[in-house]
Amino acid sequence: MSDPTLYGLCGAVLVGLGLYGLIVHPQPLRKILAFNLIGGGVFLLFGVVARRGAAAGFGGDPVPQALVITGIVVAFSATALAVALLLRLFQETGQATLQSDAPTKARMDDSQP
Amino acid sequence: MPNSTTAGGFLLVLAIVLPAVGVLLSVALGGRHAERVALILMPVGLTVAVAIAVGVWRTHNVLQYFVGSWDPPLGVVFRADGLSAAMIVTAALLICGIGLFARAQFPSPQEAETRAPLIFWTLLLAVWGALNAVFIGGDLFNLYVALELLTFAAVPLVSLDGRAETLAAALRYLLFALFGSILYLLGTVLLYGAYGTLDIVLLSGRIHAEPVAWAAISLMTAGLLAKAALYPFHLWLPPAHAGAPAPASALLSGLVVKAPFFLVVRLWFDVMPGLADQAAAQMLGILGAAAILFGSVVALRQARLKLLIAYSTVAQIGYLFLMFPLAVRPETGHSWSTAAWTGGVLQAISHAFAKAAMFMAAGLIAEALGHDRLAGLAGIGRALPIAVFAFGIGGLSLMGLPPSGGFVAKAMLLTAAVAEGQWWWALVVLVGGLLAGGYVFLVLARALADSIEPLALLTTISRGRQAVAVALALCAVLLGFLPLRPSALLQIGRPDIAVGGLR
Repeated sequence: MSDPTLYGLCGAVLVGLGLYGLIVHPQPLRKILAFNLIGGGVFLLFGVVARRGAAAGFGGDPVPQALVITGIVVAFSATALAVALLLRLFQETGQATLQSDAPTKARMDDSQP
Repeated sequence: MPNSTTAGGFLLVLAIVLPAVGVLLSVALGGRHAERVALILMPVGLTVAVAIAVGVWRTHNVLQYFVGSWDPPLGVVFRADGLSAAMIVTAALLICGIGLFARAQFPSPQEAETRAPLIFWTLLLAVWGALNAVFIGGDLFNLYVALELLTFAAVPLVSLDGRAETLAAALRYLLFALFGSILYLLGTVLLYGAYGTLDIVLLSGRIHAEPVAWAAISLMTAGLLAKAALYPFHLWLPPAHAGAPAPASALLSGLVVKAPFFLVVRLWFDVMPGLADQAAAQMLGILGAAAILFGSVVALRQARLKLLIAYSTVAQIGYLFLMFPLAVRPETGHSWSTAAWTGGVLQAISHAFAKAAMFMAAGLIAEALGHDRLAGLAGIGRALPIAVFAFGIGGLSLMGLPPSGGFVAKAMLLTAAVAEGQWWWALVVLVGGLLAGGYVFLVLARALADSIEPLALLTTISRGRQAVAVALALCAVLLGFLPLRPSALLQIGRPDIAVGGLR
């Protein structure tokens, strides 16, 4: 098995694990972590593409490496925003679950005749 | 297509840079000046938007700007075709309307610094810049960054008041959006790996019908659907859009959900023209139809005005996706696809105006009454006649009654569906219109009823704010005077689609 294939499979496994976590776990913090796991997998794939696409005598294709840096910055900001929202939610309600939106739900239920 | 920056290309840079400068200035100067910065930038931004549209119209060609004079695939291109120009003008008009409307709700603090106005005005400009970046982006990765900027600007708008339930709504919105964006990024890396470029024009020349392209486009489409809140990814939308303050709701429902839809259109019609699969397009259509039926029925059962309008957004987003089964051409090709494509885009534009007006009207009603329960609306038609009028004519567009942009859009979708022999979509359009009529009537009947005891209004609502809502609703009506055929502006930069159909 060639190196790019191995790395590609690792990326795929990470994406799969992350997707599973994002869908299955109800806790927002776990969902945020799962999102980062998928992100890790996708960034690994960028690396694989850079290695495979190496042409013109470079050690690797530089474009995906530039993309990956931007991608990491975006994923980092997304994580920071999500964690900040979650912390604020915890301060307001004392819980860090999305089940705490019971007021919204109750209101929607009440509203139905 | 000329392979260099065109004459008006710098306008595209201005469309992104102006709001970005506004954001920086607002943050630097603080909450007391944020409103002024936004109000000064609005007419300037509107002028730039109109100039872009005029430039595209006059030259009958795309405007392009090559950043740093680098050619793709190494460089990044901003490109505005007719569709981008129409969306940029729509966004500029709506942002100006929302800004004028929000002045009373988020006034500059006089003495102590307060947070909400600073954040609202800064994020309004940030959303504007991100939307423009989405509309003119010519590189799929650049579009990913623009889409993320849009999400980061839109999510905090939901929880401006800081209540626990809006925080939860914002967090749920963010989680759905992150799920969508990471799928989009995964598709992007697959496309780059297979074809070595992310520039839309280059990619459209290299892409073939093969598994890696299918996988990439499916992943990207699925991610964008989660961001556009198409059924069954709509769960986050009603609490987020109904919980936000009225100007923010108008922005989110009118414009922000249109950006991912715009990108799906780009992917299906620009990145892989002629390759799109009929079965996949039918799938999108089925999801759209489900959204129309589900959203409308649930809207009918709401007891609060803002939630009703939010569920109606879920339904109206469904109409946007009816264009895919009708406009994606099978190999044989038929002349009706252009009509369906135009209908879908017009639906996006007219819904933006109508829905923003309706959310503004609902916000004014809630402000005056202190609640937005449908059961307590009796007599409001007498107290706030202009706001209720705005709600009513916005509703015309949702129902698809003439004269309104919604009528033109739905008539085109309907005719295309019948002409192509896909009559089931026509049925969905008609039933959706009836259901929309039902929920708009439900509100108007309550609002126009006489109240038993005189209404005690909490505050007086200025006529200016009601007038803004009416002006936006009238924009939706004015779109109804467009001729019932593919628009010439929207076709600019689309050589693959012959102007035909409804003549």
